[in-house]
Amino acid sequence: MHDGEIDKQRRRFLTTVATVVGGAGVAASTVPLISYMLPSATARALGAPIEIDISDIKPGELKIEKWQGKPIWILRRTKQELDDLPSLDSLLRDPDSSVQQQPPYAKNEYRSIKPEYLVLIGLCTHLGCSPKYLPDGQDILGPDWKGGFFCPCHGSEFDLAGRVYKGVPAPTNMVVPPYKFLSDTRILVGADTGTA
Amino acid sequence: MLFATASFAAGSTLAGYHMKVDTSDIKSLQRGARIFVNYCMGCHSAAYMRYNRLGKDLGITEEVLKSNFMFGTDKPGDTMNIAMRKSDALGFFGIAPPDLSVIARSRGVDWLYGYFMTFYSDPAKPFGVNNLQFKDVAMPHVLWELQGTHKPVYKTVTHKDGTEVEVIDGLEQVSPGKLTPEEYKATIHDLINFLVYLSEPAKLQRQKIGIWVIIYLLSFLVLAYLLKNEYWKDIN
Amino acid sequence: MSKVMKALNRLLEWVDARFPLTKLWNEHLAKYYAPKNFNFWYFFGSLALFVLVIQIITGIWLTMDYKPSAEHAFATVEYIMRDVEWGWWMRYVHSTGSSAFFIVVYLHMFRALLYGSYKQPRELLWLTGMFIYLALMAEAFFGYLLPWGQMSYWAAQVITSLFGAIPAVGDDLELWIRGDFVVSDVTLNRYFSFHVIAVPLVLLGLVFVHIIALHEVGSNNPDGIEIKKNKDANGIPLDGIPFHPYYTVKDIYGITIFLILFSIVVFYYPDMNGFFLEHANFVPADPLNTPEHIVPAWYFTPYYAILRAIPDKLGGLIAMGFAVMFFFFLPWLDRSPVKSIRYRGWNYRIALIVFVISFLVLGYLGMQVTTPVKTILARVFTIIYFMFFLLMPLYTSTDNDKPVPDRVRYP
Repeated sequence: MHDGEIDKQRRRFLTTVATVVGGAGVAASTVPLISYMLPSATARALGAPIEIDISDIKPGELKIEKWQGKPIWILRRTKQELDDLPSLDSLLRDPDSSVQQQPPYAKNEYRSIKPEYLVLIGLCTHLGCSPKYLPDGQDILGPDWKGGFFCPCHGSEFDLAGRVYKGVPAPTNMVVPPYKFLSDTRILVGADTGTA
Repeated sequence: MLFATASFAAGSTLAGYHMKVDTSDIKSLQRGARIFVNYCMGCHSAAYMRYNRLGKDLGITEEVLKSNFMFGTDKPGDTMNIAMRKSDALGFFGIAPPDLSVIARSRGVDWLYGYFMTFYSDPAKPFGVNNLQFKDVAMPHVLWELQGTHKPVYKTVTHKDGTEVEVIDGLEQVSPGKLTPEEYKATIHDLINFLVYLSEPAKLQRQKIGIWVIIYLLSFLVLAYLLKNEYWKDIN
Repeated sequence: MSKVMKALNRLLEWVDARFPLTKLWNEHLAKYYAPKNFNFWYFFGSLALFVLVIQIITGIWLTMDYKPSAEHAFATVEYIMRDVEWGWWMRYVHSTGSSAFFIVVYLHMFRALLYGSYKQPRELLWLTGMFIYLALMAEAFFGYLLPWGQMSYWAAQVITSLFGAIPAVGDDLELWIRGDFVVSDVTLNRYFSFHVIAVPLVLLGLVFVHIIALHEVGSNNPDGIEIKKNKDANGIPLDGIPFHPYYTVKDIYGITIFLILFSIVVFYYPDMNGFFLEHANFVPADPLNTPEHIVPAWYFTPYYAILRAIPDKLGGLIAMGFAVMFFFFLPWLDRSPVKSIRYRGWNYRIALIVFVISFLVLGYLGMQVTTPVKTILARVFTIIYFMFFLLMPLYTSTDNDKPVPDRVRYP
């Protein structure tokens, strides 16, 4: 057959086009399958910003709330604790918070809007366990321990600004969520504009 | 066989009440949503519907949503629940008002239309009204100030065996409402349109996506047809 | 480019030495010879397989968000419809898929009746197919309860009550099946278990056996002629063509047409006026209040009409059981030496037409509220339905069959 070669070309062309177009269709049909597994509207509603009353926290006390299912810590630090923070700088991996683990307004030596109140997502930046609050802990962590957080899973240590120590598995400082003060006694966690 | 439908609706529908709704008419949905919130949500919830979905689909801003649609401490992500407790409702009505999230899918548009149009005075009932579509309904006619009040007109029907019974032939307006009959009908249209949207918010979405899926499939069909014919040349 | 091809070839050789990949490909696709004269009716086998895959995938995804409890089931379905991204699509594809599955399977079975595909040597193929049909009915029945609407609930209540008709053990059996005194949370939970794992496993196993049986005996065709009788020097059937590429490209074409129709339903008529998603099922299950008119899903209505036609609980159950079971015996009830309707006489042609009509009429009657006239009609058509099977040995053995040619006609 003299036009066998032409036929073969046409066949190859049609097969290629059909494969590409059909493949695109199959790929598109995975969009619902993937999107379906994203957080639903319910999860998003439950993960909406929350208001927290901070008037009842005494100096040195840690309050734990929940936002998006994660522990939110509000620590009211004492004057002494705040003064101790700069002295730890040489022991820390990122003392100046240069890695983006906080909103810009919390990128300061206290990692907070108001120095007194530290707001953190209470999860270790290593593999997501929730560290323990150890204001005293010299018996476990040595006499130089100035108070901070200790992760029971893999031994990561953080100071009272959530900054990570050198020589532990956690790579970065703990995360400061977006937040703002609605008044002197109420904060909004999860967003830094609007209200809950 | 596939399209004989009447007997499938839950309960039969009054004759003469047919309505067409259009859930792509956003203005109508907005008006309907307002009526729903103002008149229905005193007693009925729409527990599967979220306010922020309503806002997004109907183009209502969060501020308007908060000031005109939501109650007290509701958050935009909340579902359209109500404060009335079930036990209270049982005391008021003898029955808990049903959730209306999917009412338009269980009742159908024509049923709802007939229902909203045919409340009439009936002193024998606790709230002084009865309904032609839903006999002995426990719900008061919450829209009476819009529609006005109606009384039944009776006619006498003679059965084959000679007994005579009085049946309701139609309704007659007794006192006018704030709205003319035409305006009331338009209001009901908006309300039902909203109920239809409420029962399936994804409807607009699926109709929009569907056309593209079908266009894609039709073009692939051309390719598949050519490909099939190309290979089958060997056989023919 | 050729280096890549060489590498791929070496990989294939490596695999073939350890797993019969090329062998399987050839035996079931590239060198599986199917008759070249397949017509429209031969799309439905591969379509059924395609729908099965759709149902399994969408089912897995729905299971991620559905909660099988009396308290949450109805709400989680609405949750999927509203709050889950693309949840409405997943649900509509699955609900439309269940009806599509039955449409495709009924047409597939009708094809077998047209061309005698159940006849020797394909009796086991037919029997495995019938078991698939039974498993599919079980799958649909269990799945129907899951949305936990009024129709779901009362359909399950009615069907489980049927078992109460069985003498001696009926009441205990009924209780055992429900695991409670009525259909309840317990029943829902076990139906979920059956629907998402037990029956699908059986179904997949049976489909596997069905395809193995098919590829052993080879496909029948619209002429009902065994293509294996006429082979060339290489042992390849003269009227056979390799399944791949010829029937793969043809089936892709068929699947595309199917998908267009399917998409029209999914995107524009997902409840199909109450046939695919019933109005009453948008009311949560209420054990104290039966809806005015309950019917099973459309694909069960012919059997439901037969059940109702018999004025006796046990009798109705038995009749309904036989209505399904008779299909199993077709290979032995049919006495004709001819397979395809093309070469059969008028006896079988008329019998088949009347049978299809009776199946459709019964299906219609099964959806309707009973009236005296409709009950009589249902009885008449029930009798016709059974006569198709009972009289089959008679009318097929005396039929005026035509001579069957040696080779298939094309198309």
